[in-house]
Amino acid sequence: MTFEQLVFYVLAGIAVISSLMMISVNNPVKAALWLVLAFIATAGVWITAQAEFLGIVLILVYAGAVMVLFLFVVMMLDINLVKLKEGFTRYLPIGVMAALAIFAMMYMVLGPSHFGLEKTGLPVTHAADYSNTAALGVELYTVHAYAFILAAVLLLVGIVAAIALTIRRRPPHEVLYQDIDKQVKVQAKDRFRMVKMESTKQPAAKKVEEDE
Amino acid sequence: MVALSDYLIFSAILFTLSMAGIFLNRKNVIILLMSIELMLLAVNTNLVAFSYFLNDVAGQIFVFFILTVAAAEAAIGLAIIVLVFRNRNSINVDDLGSLKG
Repeated sequence: MTFEQLVFYVLAGIAVISSLMMISVNNPVKAALWLVLAFIATAGVWITAQAEFLGIVLILVYAGAVMVLFLFVVMMLDINLVKLKEGFTRYLPIGVMAALAIFAMMYMVLGPSHFGLEKTGLPVTHAADYSNTAALGVELYTVHAYAFILAAVLLLVGIVAAIALTIRRRPPHEVLYQDIDKQVKVQAKDRFRMVKMESTKQPAAKKVEEDE
Repeated sequence: MVALSDYLIFSAILFTLSMAGIFLNRKNVIILLMSIELMLLAVNTNLVAFSYFLNDVAGQIFVFFILTVAAAEAAIGLAIIVLVFRNRNSINVDDLGSLKG
């Protein structure tokens, strides 16, 4: 067994065990943490397949951002864990059977008889100065530039949708809100009122003026 | 050398585990979302492996866009979960039957 194979099997084993733990633990926080471990191990597997940029993106974006979002949501919700775990043992046999059946079918198609080394040949190993990030970037900014911009728009829509869904307006007697429409529409005559009145003389005030 | 079939079987195992997770944890919406994330990860592993063996960077471009879409999906899905919890005080799938579907 070469070093490369050893690294691959260790990382793949960690990913499989941690995803097994993720679907079987009781607590959603623990499930999220096991999923983080699965993501990190899979990122290692991607790096062994020479997808260095995507491996690092997986750690930064998934383990760093998306899973933290999951943990935040789990923390904010007060969940009754006992009720949510009902039916786990009831669905266990059918779940295991369906999983095994689908895996068997996948193995027949994806196994070594079709995609073994003697069928596919050895992959191209790049030189030490080859940059996966540069290759990906060149392709992304030239051939797929339009799709790249669309992805940015999609993320913007995601931000707007997430904020619009979760924003909570409280009634105006509880909180004061800024009404930007009103602020923009306001004119000078709405803010400033001229009042005409007779001047009055107050002797005490006059005396103070004379002293000065 | 690690063969292409090893990568594919690894991702098939991840995919089946996440599918079993959807079967087993069908009450808890948060774990259902996590299982969907794991499924996407398995699919992405396939694309990365084929990109490596065919020496074509297009597979990695696909993974890049799938990651983008999955991040947006996770953000909106979690926002919907927060909204459901605020209105129903529960995220149990059985309580979400007001459409009588």
